Formats: sequence, structure tokens, C-alpha cells
Amino acid sequence: MKTNRKVYVISKNLDPFFLGIYSAYQFVGRYFREAFKPPFEFTELKKQCYAIGVKSLPLITLTGFVTGVVFTKQSRPSLQDLGAVSWLPSLIAIALVRALAPLITSLISAGKIGSNIGAQLGSMRVTEQIDAIDVSGVNAFKYLVVTRVTATTLMIPILMMYFAFVGLIGSFLNVSMGENTSFISYFQEALSPISFLDVLTGLFKSIMYGLTIGLVGSYKGYNATRGTEGVGKAANMAVVVSMFLIFVEEIIIVQLSGWIRLAQ
Amino acid sequence: MTSQYNHIITDEKVITINDLHKSFGELTVLNGVKLDIYKGENVAVLGRSGSGKSVLIKIIAGLLKPDSGTVSVLGQEVDKITEKELRTLRLKIGFSFQNSALYDSMTVRENIAFPLRGNTEKLTQKEINIKVEEVLDAVGLIQTINQMPSELSGGQRKRIGIARTLILKPELMLYDEPTSGLDPITCIEINNLIKEVQERYNTSAIIITHDLTCAKTTANRVALLIEGNFLTQGTFEEVFDTEDETVKIFFDYNFIT
Repeated sequence: MKTNRKVYVISKNLDPFFLGIYSAYQFVGRYFREAFKPPFEFTELKKQCYAIGVKSLPLITLTGFVTGVVFTKQSRPSLQDLGAVSWLPSLIAIALVRALAPLITSLISAGKIGSNIGAQLGSMRVTEQIDAIDVSGVNAFKYLVVTRVTATTLMIPILMMYFAFVGLIGSFLNVSMGENTSFISYFQEALSPISFLDVLTGLFKSIMYGLTIGLVGSYKGYNATRGTEGVGKAANMAVVVSMFLIFVEEIIIVQLSGWIRLAQ
Repeated sequence: MTSQYNHIITDEKVITINDLHKSFGELTVLNGVKLDIYKGENVAVLGRSGSGKSVLIKIIAGLLKPDSGTVSVLGQEVDKITEKELRTLRLKIGFSFQNSALYDSMTVRENIAFPLRGNTEKLTQKEINIKVEEVLDAVGLIQTINQMPSELSGGQRKRIGIARTLILKPELMLYDEPTSGLDPITCIEINNLIKEVQERYNTSAIIITHDLTCAKTTANRVALLIEGNFLTQGTFEEVFDTEDETVKIFFDYNFIT
């Protein structure tokens, strides 16, 4: 009797978990099916790219600049001890392009953009605005989800490259305060060890993170329930799940790129 | 029945519902519902809160799937047609939501023009503006055209919600609690608007409500939904001129004895 009860409790808790995974799988599948099928919502896509890309620039500028300055400041003493201060620009550039720019940009975006998408779609769901779009004969999934996910997938790589650039400027300004280095020679020094694979990996990472942020935010918002509480939960879960998945993807992509580097 | 707009109720069925069942978990909401709606006819579906009235029209609009039974709308079975066919069918259906469901981020003009996106007919901006102004004029709110939904009163939001459905000139209207949360005078205005939409646009409609005044004013026929099934159907007088205790309780609680 006790065993039956335990089995019942376990199955009651596991059922929603597996149903959730199946529903997320269906959602992702639907995105890829709808994304490449006309008609395309270009006007809404442009609007979302502006909201996601351009409106994130101040935050990305600030964090990119601070990261460049702080990372340079923290690394200099250790390199000085080793007599390798001349490696500083290369070290900063490699760290930014390979790891910091994709990761920090996507974590910030998960907080800013992911929560925004979750809350926006969640409130549209609980106030029946998504149903209203559906009953007016417009494909709500395509109009709301496909545009947002595509916009994050396109914009996060651009924001990532911008972050790396601003980070290098921050680093240059920090270096130039102590040494007499020209902007061009600093950038030549910084970019010389960057390989095509580094840039490609950074871009691939940020495309994956953008896709993840868009899909998770949209999924949580589109399936929100239970009024305002559900909207808050959707926004919160959009951030938590996106960040978790970004770290998982980071580990996998770093491992894969490491193998490729070894094979070269 | 005729009116100044040559509105006629015919014997052509626009909605046929047979043996409809719908449950959420262990809760049975609709239990063998049967209903026919004729062209040009307004039918009020009455019932207590939580009796499944909104679920019924959401199934009709294809927003929910029935567990069993058939729902035929304008000759098509909504749960058996493809997504694309459903979207085309929805162009002929107007759905007025309980809380209006206006798009927060759009002006009244953009809200009303929005359903035209799904329309296959390509229109110029000038033609869209003419259509928007025409329906706003029909609901008497042309002055709100550039306002945001947050700047409107509850009654205005309801009217704009109805105007948004009228832009595609629907054959069938579905009203979900059109007078809930409104003051008595605004309720009368909304009731008159529903009647005017029926006559001017020659629509058929299902009006989901628990407001007997709304049902009496707007509907040609009334159906009382109790415990997942229609207890009785007929004209307002036929339904409420009864000794049935359940019907009498429902009637008495609406304070219009």
C-alpha cells in the first residue's frame, strides 16, 4: 500500500515534468517549421530587432567597457610578475572573443531581453490578447514568437561583437593611461592571436545563446497561466532557465571547440 | 423578422453543435451540449459563472478542442479542419472578449486595422484608414482613433473590441460577457450596439452572459446552460415563464422579477 502511494506521488510529480519537456520540444519544432514558411512578418521582425538590439546598446556599452577596464586592471599585476606585460592586449582579446563577450552579453540579455519577452507574452496570454490575434485570422505564433526568437538570434551575435569591441577600447584606455601606446598598435597587438576559429566559435555561441533566450522567453510567456502571478513567474523562469541552458551550452561548445583546436 | 436594415432570420444553420463534451482534468464542463444557431439570429447563452459558457464559444472559435462531439461553424467542422482553413474561417467570425483584449502597445487605429493583416485582400493605407474610420463611426468612437487602450473607459474598450471584429464584416459574432463590469447606462449602450450590429451587418451571434437584461434586449432566443447542458431553450418569455425551481432561482437572482 505504502509502495503504491510512493509510486503515485513520484508519477504525479514526474508527469508534468515529462509533459513539459514534450511541450517545449513541440514549441521548438513549431518555431523551425513556421520560421521558414511564408508569409514573413518583416515589419514586426524589424521592430523586434530594434527593441532587442538598439535598445540594449547602452547596457552592453557599459558592461563591455567595465569588463575591459577591470579585466585589464586585474590581469596586469600577474603578468608583470611573470614579465609578460606585453601579452596583455592579446590576453584580453582572446578572453573577450572566446569567452567573456558571448557569455556576459548573453547573460545580460537573458536578464533584460528574456524577462521582457516572458513578461510581454505572458501578460498578452492572460489578458487574452494572444487569443484575440488568433481569432482575427492572424497566426499569433508567427507574429509574436517567430519574430522575437529570430530577432534575438540575429541581434545577440551583433551585440556580442559590439561588447568585445567596447571591451577592447576599455582595455586600451586603461593601458594607455600607464603606457604610451597608440590605438592602432594596441589593436594590432590584441587582434594578432585571434584565429578564424575563435571568431567562428564566438559567433556560433552567441547565435545559440540568442536562440535559447528567445525560445525560452517566448515559451514561458506564451504558455503563461494564472493571471498576474503567472506573468511574474513566466518572466522569472525565462531568466533562470535561459541562464542555466546558456551555461550548459557553454560547456558543450567549449569542449567541442577544444577538440577542433586539437585536431588542427 | 425584419428591421430598417432589412435584417432577416432564415432557417439556414450557421452553427450546429452535437453531443459536445469537454472536461478539464476531473472537472466536466460541457456534458453533451446540443445547439443550432440560424442565420441572422442572436442567441443568448445564460448560465452561472463557471458553467462553461466561455468554454463553449472558445470551442466554436477553435481556441479549445472538444473532447468529443461535433461543432460545425459556417459549414466547417472546426476541430477537423487544418490550421490554415481555421484561419480562413476565423475571418468570418468576430469574437468580442470579456475584457476586450485590446493590444496594449497599439493605438485604437492600429488595434482596429490589425485583423486586416490576416486578410488576403491587399489594401492601401488609405483604404485601411477609410475602413477603420467607418467601423469606429459605427460604434460612435471616432474621436478615440489615436488614443491608447489604457486611456479608454471600460465601455469604450468594449466598443472598440466590437469595432475591431467588425472591420472584416463577419457573418458570425461571438460575444463573451459583453456587459460584465459596466455601469447600467453603458450596459444599455452595449446592448443597443449588439442589436445594431445584428441588423446593420446581418450577423448571427452567440451572446454569453449572465445578465438577463442583456439577454432580453439583444437575443431572439435564449438557452440556459446548467451543469454542462442546456436545461431549456426558447424565447426569453418561454424560458422564464416556468415553474422549474432552477430556472426560477436563476431569474430571481437577477432582480428583474
